[in-house]
Amino acid sequence: MRAIAAIGAIALAATACGEPPPASQPGGQDSESDFLSCMVTDEGGVDDKSFNETSWNGLINAYDKGVIAEPKYVEPKSASDYEPNLKNMVRDDCGMIVTVGFNLADATEASAEANPDQKYAIVDHLYVDQETFEPTPIDNVKSLVFNTHEAAFLAGYLAAGHSETGKVATWGGMKIPTVTIFMDGFYDGVQHYNKVKDADVQVLGWDKKSQDGQFVGDFSNSTAAKQLSENLISRGADVVMPVAGPIGESAAVAAKDAGDVSLIWVDTDGYKTLTEYRDILLTSVVKGMDVAVEKAVTATAEGNFSNESFIGTLENEGVSIAPYHAFEDELDAGLKQEVDELRQQITSGELKVQSDAAFSS
Amino acid sequence: MSENSTSELTVGQRFFRELTTGGTALTLLSIVLAMLIGAVLIVVADSDVQETAAYFFSRPSDTLLAIWESASSAYAAMFAGSVIDFDAPSFGESLIPLADTLTYATPLIAAGLAVALAFRAGLLNIGAQGQILIGATLAGLVGFGMDLPAVVHLLFAVLAGFIGGAIWGGIAGFIKAKTGAHEVIVTIMLNHIAALLLAYLLTTQLFRREGQAAPISPFVADSATLPTFFEDSRLNLGLFVALLGAVYSWWLLSRSTMGFRFKAVGHNPHAATTAGISVARSYTAVMFIGGGLAGIAGASQVLGTEGYLSTSIAGELGFDAITVALLGRSSPIGTVAASLLFGALRAGAVTMQAQTGTPIDIVLVVQSLIVLFIAAPPLVRAVFRLKVRAASPMAAEVGGKAA
Repeated sequence: MRAIAAIGAIALAATACGEPPPASQPGGQDSESDFLSCMVTDEGGVDDKSFNETSWNGLINAYDKGVIAEPKYVEPKSASDYEPNLKNMVRDDCGMIVTVGFNLADATEASAEANPDQKYAIVDHLYVDQETFEPTPIDNVKSLVFNTHEAAFLAGYLAAGHSETGKVATWGGMKIPTVTIFMDGFYDGVQHYNKVKDADVQVLGWDKKSQDGQFVGDFSNSTAAKQLSENLISRGADVVMPVAGPIGESAAVAAKDAGDVSLIWVDTDGYKTLTEYRDILLTSVVKGMDVAVEKAVTATAEGNFSNESFIGTLENEGVSIAPYHAFEDELDAGLKQEVDELRQQITSGELKVQSDAAFSS
Repeated sequence: MSENSTSELTVGQRFFRELTTGGTALTLLSIVLAMLIGAVLIVVADSDVQETAAYFFSRPSDTLLAIWESASSAYAAMFAGSVIDFDAPSFGESLIPLADTLTYATPLIAAGLAVALAFRAGLLNIGAQGQILIGATLAGLVGFGMDLPAVVHLLFAVLAGFIGGAIWGGIAGFIKAKTGAHEVIVTIMLNHIAALLLAYLLTTQLFRREGQAAPISPFVADSATLPTFFEDSRLNLGLFVALLGAVYSWWLLSRSTMGFRFKAVGHNPHAATTAGISVARSYTAVMFIGGGLAGIAGASQVLGTEGYLSTSIAGELGFDAITVALLGRSSPIGTVAASLLFGALRAGAVTMQAQTGTPIDIVLVVQSLIVLFIAAPPLVRAVFRLKVRAASPMAAEVGGKAA
């Protein structure tokens, strides 16, 4: 895809016949820093419109601020590529290597043990002791993890309050903890609404107690994703939260086709990326991977690396729900007020949101 | 297929025949041509080239220099990543890339043979992916779930991998033999079943690593791990297991009665039936053996290269295996050679991406082009029933008379 885009770009550029730059100065900008940051993404790559891209944006933001030199990345095509990818990055004298996703956890650990002077950060994985299963950070690896269920709880409450049909839905790409944690929070948010309001809003697509629900089985089959969304909508759901990275967009298509169905996006603020679906976007459960990666790499570039795990919560704003944007006026002021109060209750510790997939230090 | 008379071969059968009789020169030229087109793509995707092309007519030398720089540095990085790295600190370390190539080639050899064998019997085994997955699952289960003495454990785990793949392949062969259901459909279905089965199993207590919420299995026990040869490389004994598979396949095809039956069935199932060969039994047997070889590929991944089971244990191996078998013209030696080439391309691509920022997808394009160039001419000839052009004066004469 990138290659095709590049052909287009070069064709356009060649016809433009622009002026050459002065011979003495080759093209390219000078960054103030020479701190090289490298990323090994999970399968999907830095343009996946999902967690790889968000993490990569953290490095880009740091680069734009002049804190680090132009970052580089490699994209594994299978699990067999993790080890050679990390080996290459170590050889390239990267100041910090950021690995994205729990799939890279073992490869990162092995690389970190073989290269004790190399600094690492890993997104979405917390290392635990093999015997006691207590969280035990590796000396030269910083873990960046997110308790997204806290923010998803707010989204679930909001969805329940907004629903006209009394049914809301969520579905996932794969049944993995980084996905189900969103669904757990969403489910509990709805149950909390039912308890407080003595209502009976149902959650389709996920049952927290049995930890079972609707999944596509991968993060690429957008046809199946659309069918799944249509199925849930036809069963009466009028708010849908897909937790499936790029194929979540299929839920937006299905929601728009159905009419009167709104969407909750995850990972990033969908208002920025799903421009065609702004009018049905209720809110987004934001997982601040970009902010966490930027902070970690900035600290390391400034010589302040620490292996202390970062756990994103509502309190430290590592996770949040996005502004209501198009729904700002439509949403009931009382409901918005209640969501704000819930946020405070969670950050103060008064209200505990639970998930099997949650992280604690 | 069975409705056709013996003289009328289907497009598929003619394609097999065309494909397995092509020359080495065609293969080599296809590789060269694909690499050249790859170079064009590398150049086009390069940001320096794009920048200098903006003022191409004012100063063309910049663009030409950038073109040369990007293509040559990308292929140099590929060479350094797959054969010898002259920048390495010691001679031993300079050969690590070669070990990487062999590591990538190992599962391709075994899985490629699975496709090649089925091909010889006239079956398109699209199911290597599923056979690898089930092989890896069983090998892994024995590897981390059982407690056995050193050598026995490893042998048993590899055997479990073979059996897993063999059963998965055998199911497809059996269904084809008994009901005539097309093996392409059945194997594709079985691929999905295998992938979802593994994804499910990894959420169960039996397969999930303790204290770990992610769907990842425990590490395989040391006693079941395929030993590595060098400290800095993942290259392991799996390579020899795969090569043993290649030798067995060669023996099977060219020295055994069973292999003769496979080839007869592949050549013309009706004639084979007339000659008293059971087509159904051959289909089941070839898919069983082939599936087992793919299972070995899965075992080598989980017991050697990776060390644990995850949903991405097989990557795209099962599909690369089809490519490798096509490229190797379905012969065991050809499959080994093609696997080495693809292993090198893969190992080189990883380094190329890290060193020059060239998108790794370009290597996938090169791989696909190689296959396209090799497979397309026979396919076109098979579809339009064209004769191979003037290979000998006699053929030309016959062709002339016919016209």
